[in-house]
Amino acid sequence: MGVDSIKSMSREDFKNNDYIDKLVEELNATGANVMVGKFDDLINWGVSNSLWPLTFGTSCCAIEFMSLGAARYDMARFGFEVARNSPRQADYVMVQGTIVHRMAPVMRRLYEQLAEPKYVIACGGCAVSGGPFKNSYCVVPGVEKILPVDVYIPGCPPRPEAMFYGLMQLQRKIKVQKFFGGVNRKEKIEEFFAEHPEEKGQIG
Amino acid sequence: MFNFGQWTTAFNNWLLGIGVADWLTVLIECVLIAVAILGVYTVLALFYILYERKLCAWFQCRLGPMRVGKWGLLQVFADMFKILIKELISLKGTDRFLFKLAPYIIITSSVVMLACLPWGNGLQIIDWNIGIFFILAVSSVGVLGILLAGWSSNNKYTLIGAMRSGAQMISYEISLGLALMTIVVLAGTMDISTLVAEQENAWFIFSGHIPALIAFIIYVIAATAETNRGPFDLPEAEHELVAGYHTEYSGIHFGFFYLAEYLNLFIVSGIASLMFLGGWMPLHVPGWDGFNMVMNWIPGPVWFLGKAFFISFIIIWFKWTFPRVRIDQMLAFEWKYLMPFSLANMILMAVCVALGWHF
Amino acid sequence: MSDIKEKILKIYPEATFEEGESLLVNVAEKDWLKVATALRDELGFDVLTALVGIDWKDSIGVIYYLTATSRNWEVVAFKVVAADRENPYIHSVSKIWKVADFQEREAYDMLGIKFIGHHDMRRFFLRNDWVGHPLRKDYDTNPEINPIRLNDEENEDDTCVYELDEKGEVKEVPGKVFEEDEYVVNVGPQHPSTHGVMRFRVSLDGEVIKKVDVVSGYIHRGIEKLAEGLGYPQILHFTDRMDYMSAHQNRHCLCLCIEKALGIEVPRRAVVIRTMMDELMRISSHLLAFGTTAMDLGATTAFFYGFREREQVLDIFEKTCGARMSMNYNVIGGVIADLHPDFVKDVKELIRIMPDRLKEYNTVFTGNVIAKNRLKGVGILSKEDAINYAITGPSGRGSNWACDCRKVHPYGVYDEVEFDEVLETGCDSYARFLVRMKEIEQSCRILEQLVDRIPEGDIRAQVPKIIKLPAGRWYQQVEASRGTFGVYIESVGEKTPYRVHFQSPCFNLVGVMDICSTGHMIADLITVGAALDFVIPDIDR
Repeated sequence: MGVDSIKSMSREDFKNNDYIDKLVEELNATGANVMVGKFDDLINWGVSNSLWPLTFGTSCCAIEFMSLGAARYDMARFGFEVARNSPRQADYVMVQGTIVHRMAPVMRRLYEQLAEPKYVIACGGCAVSGGPFKNSYCVVPGVEKILPVDVYIPGCPPRPEAMFYGLMQLQRKIKVQKFFGGVNRKEKIEEFFAEHPEEKGQIG
Repeated sequence: MFNFGQWTTAFNNWLLGIGVADWLTVLIECVLIAVAILGVYTVLALFYILYERKLCAWFQCRLGPMRVGKWGLLQVFADMFKILIKELISLKGTDRFLFKLAPYIIITSSVVMLACLPWGNGLQIIDWNIGIFFILAVSSVGVLGILLAGWSSNNKYTLIGAMRSGAQMISYEISLGLALMTIVVLAGTMDISTLVAEQENAWFIFSGHIPALIAFIIYVIAATAETNRGPFDLPEAEHELVAGYHTEYSGIHFGFFYLAEYLNLFIVSGIASLMFLGGWMPLHVPGWDGFNMVMNWIPGPVWFLGKAFFISFIIIWFKWTFPRVRIDQMLAFEWKYLMPFSLANMILMAVCVALGWHF
Repeated sequence: MSDIKEKILKIYPEATFEEGESLLVNVAEKDWLKVATALRDELGFDVLTALVGIDWKDSIGVIYYLTATSRNWEVVAFKVVAADRENPYIHSVSKIWKVADFQEREAYDMLGIKFIGHHDMRRFFLRNDWVGHPLRKDYDTNPEINPIRLNDEENEDDTCVYELDEKGEVKEVPGKVFEEDEYVVNVGPQHPSTHGVMRFRVSLDGEVIKKVDVVSGYIHRGIEKLAEGLGYPQILHFTDRMDYMSAHQNRHCLCLCIEKALGIEVPRRAVVIRTMMDELMRISSHLLAFGTTAMDLGATTAFFYGFREREQVLDIFEKTCGARMSMNYNVIGGVIADLHPDFVKDVKELIRIMPDRLKEYNTVFTGNVIAKNRLKGVGILSKEDAINYAITGPSGRGSNWACDCRKVHPYGVYDEVEFDEVLETGCDSYARFLVRMKEIEQSCRILEQLVDRIPEGDIRAQVPKIIKLPAGRWYQQVEASRGTFGVYIESVGEKTPYRVHFQSPCFNLVGVMDICSTGHMIADLITVGAALDFVIPDIDR
């Protein structure tokens, strides 16, 4: 019912992600030599199947994230359940909830404390764009203003199923990356930080 | 009963027979053993990670890892590959040398302990007359690694975690040692192979009856504390100290702590199975010859691993059920109850042995 | 009403009165400290229910809502206006009602009112280097004045006290929060057990806590300011996102307040539905509290058991409201949609299974000797302190204070159903925990009485298309999952409110973190926090 009502997307496209998988294959087929390519596959298989979240949540989305870990949804099935409290040991931070001005430097530091390879998921309307609080004097309108975001999950709060979908998209995204050169993530992150410097002390 | 010693002796003789020099023979054997130990170590640690994750999922009405491989069997391999390539972060203001040394101390201590465990008749690396004593001594080295890790990280959480860990492990070492000594009193030896051989007719937990049973319970409690597992997981105390003493470690250095934690679980279970449940010795009931024959068909390593996994199961069950104790409660429990009790229990055992009140 | 007027005139003859929804007494700023002391000691106004700072454009001041628990919970408002609008000073009442400590800091942060005699006049929600005070009507919202700063805040230890010198002039006395040589551990904002982004700076002596400094505002979203620019139906959705575990109750409160101002009669079916939804929300909230308390103490499995039943409650919400959280169900004049046909069946099923599940929780967690040792005797809060700090809800009732808003100011159909107000005399974390567990039983009891008695009829009253409140001020309280939730609305007859203030229970709860945890171990800080069970977005708003 709900699926058919999305006009720009056919039902088939919505349900599976073959086109993304094809894209992955194409991207992998060009360039990398076989040996390195196989290593990349192995590493990407490892990284994508063992995404450990940082326990981080500011508001409602964090409760839904707890539901995601609880028995009905059980993110342990995908190997996501080893939630680490120390950012050094986590693989991705799922920004669950509004980021306000006071939190922004903390969030940025938290991201810098994560060990590479690291990913950011903006979860929920507030993290995506500021959500219902966009017009407020002290809300960051979307976490993308301070962090390079990999996946966006809309919703207020997103249902656990939506969070699963977002996490699976992150897995697909990881499968495209190249550890031994090629699509270099690290450069992109550095580029982002060059555009959003800390030294200026502020972001316009 | 099949003796694995035959194979190792035959291999040694063959090497000497084809004219390899004595020193080279020793070297080759050492390297082979090292490779075997490290291999077993890794496989066991990976198995234990999956074992705990599946068990805790079962306690919590969940499924646990399901998607990576059949029933999530490959999950731990994915974790391993991931952790191998994670960035190693070096921090400002830390003691670089000690910071990097700490994980290796911990992993070394647990590898050495693993090397002391007998897996079957003749299937062990070191067999000497102070076996148990040596294991206890090596296990105390681990705490050094934890203290170093906590101190060198230059972080208040890790420091508190390390200090807790020091207090906890030194305290519980006493009960642990006393519980093992109770069995040593019964057996009259510290030599591991003799210990196991003595349990041919009845495991010590049966032959030592009441004092042995008490010693077993004390041992399991103290061992849980020694391995920093719940309800005694204060050094890591996730909800108070973020990740305790290893908060600042990333990548494979954290991986070492992670592996050592699980392997220590196997080692304490292994020691328990060795001292109380007869190690690789099958279950024998005097007089039931047919039953004993059937039991003998099951190989020693299977017995050993089975018993160790069973005791680990109990310890994992603890962890996922009980809340965490507080540091003062934990120390009070050790010094006020557990240690006096285990001392009294040892005397009881000595009396039992002196008067011959055991089987 | 006239009785109280006489009494107030006796202690303060210059008082002038304004009639409204509740009595409002004007008190001159210079007399306020003396009057406040007399109000507490002689007239028995022992609870400071709400402290609302307001900018009236030509003047700036504070409205205090005081409650006299001994006199049938009578609520009277007191208005104190600062002499100088640009540099406003008002005497602090934080020594009379301790709850005012943080509330005055909030008023300072939002409106720039400096409280004379307050021991620690720092900003509460916004960064130390913030320019301006957002709730003032002349606040400049230009993002260039306050951009997103990515540098860390500096000089967090500096504070100041405003005192009156001999000549009656206000002078600033600098102070320090912590001494130089104290071992201060920072807990939060990103910490697994602060239930969100709360930050405590804890001074330690070994493992023993000497002092806790609460640093809030890591999720301050400026809801009150946003609400001033929105129409009344638009404000409603904010309430679901403050204390998301009391979404129905909070929204219920705001709807009641607006309905009271408009004089709308809500259809009986809607009233019953609202009451039932409130109780379901309470069950879901207490189940989460059980789970997180258990998890914070290290018993992870109990958390999963609590969540298992919580999912069942969420299913009921989902069928009727269409969402698991942030249900947006109450609207002005009623509820937005009718009940799902399965509602009655599902609620009955929930009531049927709950007693058994509560026994199971007891076996898994509460009955455990370690859990008891961790909770008992930790975080003692006496009844006097609970009243002085205005700790309502399960935490206040754990200190044996009968403060249930459902009993003292009945709303919905609470005056028609039978239920017991759960009280515990332990005054510690264990008592608070037990109150929550027993309240689940009581909520089931309320649901049981109502589930077969949902009347037929409309679910929504006729309300005007454009809602304009007449000029005036209204204050409404309901019993949310964590305590008494209050909404203050001041209107000047526009489509948008002039001032909206949400008096959240968690704001008061976090105020007792210091007195509850001082002298305990660092592990007990987590226990105290878990048992008080505050929700951070409700504090920061």
